[in-house]
Amino acid sequence: MAGKTLYDKLWDAHVVKQREDGTALIYIDRQLLHEVTSPQAFEGLRLAGRKPWRLDANIATPDHNVPTTDRSGPIADEVSRIQVQTLDDNCDEFGIVEFKMHDARQGIVHVVGPEQGATLPGMTIVCGDSHTATHGAFGALAHGIGTSEVEHVLATQCLIQKKMKSLQIKVNGVLGAGVTAKDVVLAIIAKIGTAGGTGYAIEFAGPVIESLSMEGRMTVCNMAIEAGARAGMVAVDEKTIEYFKGRTYAPKGGQWDRAVEYWNTLHSDADAQFDAVVELDGAAIKPQVSWGTSPEMVVAIDEPLPDPDAESDPVKAEGMRRAYHYMGLKPGITMADVVPDRVFIGSCTNSRIEDLRAAAAVAKGRKVSSKIKQAMVVPGSGLVKQQAEDEGLDKIFVEAGFEWREPGCSMCLAMNADRLGDGEHCASTSNRNFEGRQGYGGRTHLVSPAMAAAAAITGHFVDVRELSH
Amino acid sequence: MEKYTQFEGIVAPLDRANVDTDLIIPKQFLKSIKRTGFGPNLFDELRYLDEGQPGQDCTNRPINPDFVLNQPRYKGASVLLARRNFGCGSSREHAPWALTDFGFRTVLAPSFADIFFNNSFKNGLLPIVLAEDIIEDLFKQVAAHEGYALTIDLANQQIRKPDGSVIEFEVDPFRKHCLIEGLDDIGLTLQDADLIKDYEAARRQTAPWLFDAIK
Repeated sequence: MAGKTLYDKLWDAHVVKQREDGTALIYIDRQLLHEVTSPQAFEGLRLAGRKPWRLDANIATPDHNVPTTDRSGPIADEVSRIQVQTLDDNCDEFGIVEFKMHDARQGIVHVVGPEQGATLPGMTIVCGDSHTATHGAFGALAHGIGTSEVEHVLATQCLIQKKMKSLQIKVNGVLGAGVTAKDVVLAIIAKIGTAGGTGYAIEFAGPVIESLSMEGRMTVCNMAIEAGARAGMVAVDEKTIEYFKGRTYAPKGGQWDRAVEYWNTLHSDADAQFDAVVELDGAAIKPQVSWGTSPEMVVAIDEPLPDPDAESDPVKAEGMRRAYHYMGLKPGITMADVVPDRVFIGSCTNSRIEDLRAAAAVAKGRKVSSKIKQAMVVPGSGLVKQQAEDEGLDKIFVEAGFEWREPGCSMCLAMNADRLGDGEHCASTSNRNFEGRQGYGGRTHLVSPAMAAAAAITGHFVDVRELSH
Repeated sequence: MEKYTQFEGIVAPLDRANVDTDLIIPKQFLKSIKRTGFGPNLFDELRYLDEGQPGQDCTNRPINPDFVLNQPRYKGASVLLARRNFGCGSSREHAPWALTDFGFRTVLAPSFADIFFNNSFKNGLLPIVLAEDIIEDLFKQVAAHEGYALTIDLANQQIRKPDGSVIEFEVDPFRKHCLIEGLDDIGLTLQDADLIKDYEAARRQTAPWLFDAIK
């Protein structure tokens, strides 16, 4: 019998009941809650007279609606204020631990979970947010769910699931200097497409993935959903275990030793069989930029934008033409010809300390170009912000002309006040370049933190490797 | 949830691939703490010529006459005909809430994004996967015949066309059962409460650190 994949191991460890129809009742170890997708779930519990099955499996923080500017007053937008207040009220009423807006530990759920050790290897983790796959970086089975399932998990600690197929994405070789985890995942999506992972749980593997820091692995897993896969994951190794030492909710003492023993089993067996395997050469990956309105519409920085007339699939060609029209760009140009109006460094994809260090390394001693209307840095959590300030990164950014903000989802999806104007281009370290995503009529270009900072400095998209340090 | 019954509905064609959930219901409307009232803002950025605001009365907003749902021939449509990878992007259940609130009861497409697909079943919206050539043919039929309608028969897993011909479709038996009976699956899961407790008791022995950490 073939060995097990990491996904097999995680799945098998959480089956409460296998049903005859092929579905299974799967136990959920951790649920992360935020203000946007939870109010109707709590309301559902109330209407049915139900209580949460296990309070200690949940942790909450507001992130989508919170302002990233001064927080001394109430949230100016009344609808946002009510939504955040509703999360506070629900957590208070039901007894769920929440890091409220003024708590130093508040931040984007996907940054806060690992940072607190609320995310651990071997867990099943869910959240009413599609970027929950982020937590798979730690050898966990993590995926986004809708509000009905948020309520289902609150009420039963379980989900009804059908096992997905398994896809291994192997990134071989060694990354070149200046090429980051973000470039790797954008290159993967460009290769397999936004539906390439639909129906699969992806395991990212190979020397390049192993070489990434935990922050980098989180960036890669975060965007599994942009390749269509609900779950992305990476095997546990020494770096994974090292990451959790001393984290607030991580096991301590004898339990730590037992946990490590278990965590060390969380990798695919050498003879495990995947339903599909895709391989990439890491050495061939260059800094990436998205040009269109889908995360698969990506080019390397020195590549000309593709011609829809050369695309054989008519549905795809039509999508490209629509994207060119929306983005106000033309085939054949390179991204170096494009001037971003704004620069956004943040989001659950790229707002961790390593991301801020990479951007600061580019910004250090330089100035944001006068062509740029606004360049902002939004740390992923209050603790990331503190650490960055301890390292003096905030000063580097501010001296260069970047705004240094409070933590939250911010301009990734523009539910708070941070957004693009109609027709504006943005160099953004976020995860989606859909029409209107960062603001009505806004035009998003997905890049790594270093590439975003480089665009801010030069006033156009540029290969960060051309800027000498 | 209401029981999902057989119905005949006008088909509205949305001829673009990769329709994402931001397009189905833009983020500003996600600030609502209710499950209802999203219909007027379904496809907001395609449907209207201005930027929509939450809580706004949409009746006097400038509409985009080119958008398919604004065309009189598709008024009252309850079957949405779509292209591949429909519903990609975020996990927002507001997407199926907006589609059903508008009046759609089914979406026909060559493929769907996983989370959207799953969310739809929880809300009485039936996503049906059909082969690309069948979808292509339906687009042609809808364009050629004003008032083109299909009968959706979930119980028999059949779509009946106006000419009497039938398209068979697949659906997961458990999801079909829940839709047809209008079942609350939390109630179903809680019938296995003892199994869940047994699982937890065993898990506490092997992985005690997974319990009682967050207080």
